[in-house]
Amino acid sequence: MHMGGLNIINSHDILETINMIDNENLDVRTITMGISLLDCADSNIDRACDKIYDKICRYAKDLVTTGEEISAQYGIPIINKRVAVTPIAMLAASCQTQSIVKFAKALDKAAHEIGVNFIGGYSALVQKGFAAGDYALIDSIPEALAATERVCSSVNIGSTKAGINMDAVAMMGGIIKKTAELTADRNCIGAAKLVVFCNAPEDNPFMAGAFHGVGEPDCVINVGVSGPGVVRAALAKSDNLDLAEVSDLIKKTAFKITRMGQLVAREASKRLCVPFGIVDLSLAPTPAIGDSVAHILEEMGLEMCGAHGTTAALALLNDAVKKGGIMASSHVGGLSGAFIPVTEDAGMIDAARCGTLTLNKLEAMTAVCSVGLDMINIPGDTPPEIISAIIADEAAIGMINSKTTAVRLIPAIGKKVGDELNFGGLLGSGPVMDVNPASPAVFIGRGGRIPAPIQSLKN
Amino acid sequence: MKAVITVIGKDTVGILAKVSNICAECDANITEVTQSVLQDLFAMIMLVDIDKLNIPFVELSQRLTKLGDEMNLKILTMHEDIFNSMHKI
Repeated sequence: MHMGGLNIINSHDILETINMIDNENLDVRTITMGISLLDCADSNIDRACDKIYDKICRYAKDLVTTGEEISAQYGIPIINKRVAVTPIAMLAASCQTQSIVKFAKALDKAAHEIGVNFIGGYSALVQKGFAAGDYALIDSIPEALAATERVCSSVNIGSTKAGINMDAVAMMGGIIKKTAELTADRNCIGAAKLVVFCNAPEDNPFMAGAFHGVGEPDCVINVGVSGPGVVRAALAKSDNLDLAEVSDLIKKTAFKITRMGQLVAREASKRLCVPFGIVDLSLAPTPAIGDSVAHILEEMGLEMCGAHGTTAALALLNDAVKKGGIMASSHVGGLSGAFIPVTEDAGMIDAARCGTLTLNKLEAMTAVCSVGLDMINIPGDTPPEIISAIIADEAAIGMINSKTTAVRLIPAIGKKVGDELNFGGLLGSGPVMDVNPASPAVFIGRGGRIPAPIQSLKN
Repeated sequence: MKAVITVIGKDTVGILAKVSNICAECDANITEVTQSVLQDLFAMIMLVDIDKLNIPFVELSQRLTKLGDEMNLKILTMHEDIFNSMHKI
């Protein structure tokens, strides 16, 4: 034994890591196990549900304890352990029954049994049209999300390759509203578990939009990292950087965060004997103080998130996170970018409350970051066709820019602009935001499919 | 395999002895020790060999955390791979 600097690991690095975890909310946001349910299809829905429940419980029985063991070994908090499954519409296709809510109940029961807080995949992929099972699934979403606690649902209504299925867009406006209505006694929380996508990734580990794509292996481990607090703190410690230097600093920080995610992903894959899929390089905020993406933008020099300049600052942040993260992981996927869920981000909640952050600005921001209009409370009396039109706008941004966009709006039933909805926990709380009331009803009522853009013809 | 034990808090008599004692009981061989100051707080960092550990790693970690609680110190026990991953290319 000798006193002095450790020759293997620099003591400054050790203290930096500990400080990131203790004071800057560094964590692994989620270990998500993707499980294929294609082999559980059955014409009898009860038999299919039994197979689903058994397979999830068999594959994921050690997921939570393994996550806890890895967390203890490395001293890193791993906040969520979750499961994503094959889009249930594909299983509904085989069933002779109209009411398929039993599938959601089976998923919920499995989630309780294995101890995961969310299970994703009550989903349908209808970007080019409806197949058997798709109508039944979409139709059942409001009831399924009201009757379960941990099930998350998503519907992919468009893609760069297929265009936008405007019939599905028109349906989803009403479905979102009905989902909020059926859970009005619980702060409309059903709608917080429902995402409408364009270009949905098939390996996304983050809820509520996670599902296990058909091109995925039987079982896979995907990991989502986080760390907005670490990025903000790094910027706060460095004065007078120009924006190229800001980008470099974010890249270095993102590299460290992602390496930690890669380590956890590899370790989880080894211990569970399940292939490692991807690390999702995301900055995912929580409502906790010091864990906000908005505060990073403000640290860059904006008085408040939503000010002019916000889109440019977010574009820089999003790009630097990817550049820093890409070299730190052998396989990158999922959503990979900065998230801007309003009710889950302390800085965005403040900016929305005082009116600096508006729906229009958020829409612009979604053109340069990873998801879309996420966790936004809108007035409870917003007509379904306006919700559909908001979805259409977001899908158009995603389709044209070959990126994922999504809409997760919560119609706050019985509330108006300025009132608050409080979901509690990671889903946070926030004000009801103003929506442009001019009617898009005729446009939405036309239906049909917006053709795939010229950008899709890459061959 | 090595673990890094970090003790953070107000400097008091006997920290090193008590941590070393637990390591010895668990067959964790201390290979290096260094001290730093982190925001006015004393920080002692120990590198220990855990290949011959006679209890599960998590138990060593829990015993040290408990000692920290008793002495009003923060004691963290983390596998070295976390630092190697984050700070080395």
